[in-house]
Amino acid sequence: MMQIPCPWCGPRDEAEFLCGGQTHIARPNLESSDQEWGRYLFERDNPKGLHFERWLHRMGCQQWFNLARDTVTHEIKAVYRMTDPKPEVTE
Amino acid sequence: MSAILSMDRYSLFRLLREGLGGHTGWKPAWRTPDPKPEYDVVIVGGGGHGLAAAYYLAREHGVGRVAVLEKGWLGGGNTGRNTQIVRSNYLYPESAAFYELSLKLYEGLSKDLNFNVMLSQRGIVTLAHSRHDLDSVARWANAMIVNGIDAEVLTRQQVRDLIPAMNWGPDARYPVLGGFIQRRAGMARHDAVAWGYARAADARGVDIIQNCEVTGFLRDGGRVVGVETSRGTIRAGRVGLAVAGHSGVLAAMAGFRLPIVSYALQAMVSEPIKPVLDTVVLSPSTGVYVSQSPKGEVVVGGALDLFPSYAQRGSFRTTEDVIAGFCEMFPGLRRLRMMRQWAGITDVVHDSSPIIGPAPVEGLYLNCGWGTGGFKAIPAGGFTFAHLLATGTPHPLTTGFGLDRFHTGRMIDEAAAAGIAH
Repeated sequence: MMQIPCPWCGPRDEAEFLCGGQTHIARPNLESSDQEWGRYLFERDNPKGLHFERWLHRMGCQQWFNLARDTVTHEIKAVYRMTDPKPEVTE
Repeated sequence: MSAILSMDRYSLFRLLREGLGGHTGWKPAWRTPDPKPEYDVVIVGGGGHGLAAAYYLAREHGVGRVAVLEKGWLGGGNTGRNTQIVRSNYLYPESAAFYELSLKLYEGLSKDLNFNVMLSQRGIVTLAHSRHDLDSVARWANAMIVNGIDAEVLTRQQVRDLIPAMNWGPDARYPVLGGFIQRRAGMARHDAVAWGYARAADARGVDIIQNCEVTGFLRDGGRVVGVETSRGTIRAGRVGLAVAGHSGVLAAMAGFRLPIVSYALQAMVSEPIKPVLDTVVLSPSTGVYVSQSPKGEVVVGGALDLFPSYAQRGSFRTTEDVIAGFCEMFPGLRRLRMMRQWAGITDVVHDSSPIIGPAPVEGLYLNCGWGTGGFKAIPAGGFTFAHLLATGTPHPLTTGFGLDRFHTGRMIDEAAAAGIAH
């Protein structure tokens, strides 16, 4: 069970949140090939370890934010806003 | 001496003979060889799919030099972590043909492998809890019948006759209005499937190498020509990956990404009780499925932890949800104590269909994307993967399951038949 620190509401139970998957995915331009578009839509890093991901505080303030989280230990390494650049985090 | 004769056959006569001799004549079911420097085919992953592929490579394609590399012990990943359910109740023709082959292979597997996989075709009942569920159940059963697979729509009373232990009271939170059954579905002993394939593959000369972790790929130009492992370098004509939830890790090692996200899927078993449930029950609305093992334990499977995870334990939040659904469906069992709870790391794909085909890197082949339903697919997954590894081209049954579907858009969306919400 995780306790997730919402940047607006503070630490709350995992049950209040929804994970939106990998973050910092740049949309390719509309002239891109089917292959590029397929990669953008479906291919993911899926690392065992440090992962940068989007979360929604669905049962709270309904705001999206980013987490840097370890996918094995579930330790949360960083919390930052949607528009912030990817932070420097060590595994 | 042919390979099959060298297998130490199991039979009633053999059991009697060993019993009279004090059980001193049993040999290990497979060898523990050291890795050779080179093989025709190296399969990474000693779970059901990898072992089955090795067996069919030797049996169907006569490929002699095959190794299966397992970083831990055989069947210690998802093959030993699933809820043992076998079924072929899928919606689309490609999936129906594929999973039906798997179920048919399961039906002959104990005899084929000379190893009792304890297949029990006790049926799987999918429940409908609302008018809308009744519609989707009818659609599901009809799709199966169109594909030539057995399915029967059930009334409330028919479900009640099959599963009297459920909550049939007027105040049930999830009232059962009906459902459908695939009678040929059921369960098989998961460890036995891994061990049976391992023993039969070993008898045909396959080297099964445990405690051997792949740490990198050997390249010649762009092509993969072998693997670096914790037990040295092994060269190979072709390399197959059958590593389920860890497919993304191996893909990253080889320099590409996959349309896969790994999630933890949990299950739990109770203390053993007397027989109370002689079929498998799936409730798509509550996300809970229940069966009783031959030992008497009630096996409860549940939902995914819906965030990327490689933790083979599962979140307590999901455990609570699953148990709440289970207690509501089976009020008479709510005082049971759970003995064990665990999770397997599932390789979930957007359309809930597997990926069997060449990787973006030459010399490397994929068997992954099973998501929450890999166990039932083991025989057909192994059979078609063996074809791919022997010939370099997909088996006719799996031409639709390649990576190309993610840019052609020709998905085979089985999310509705996956049983577990993705």
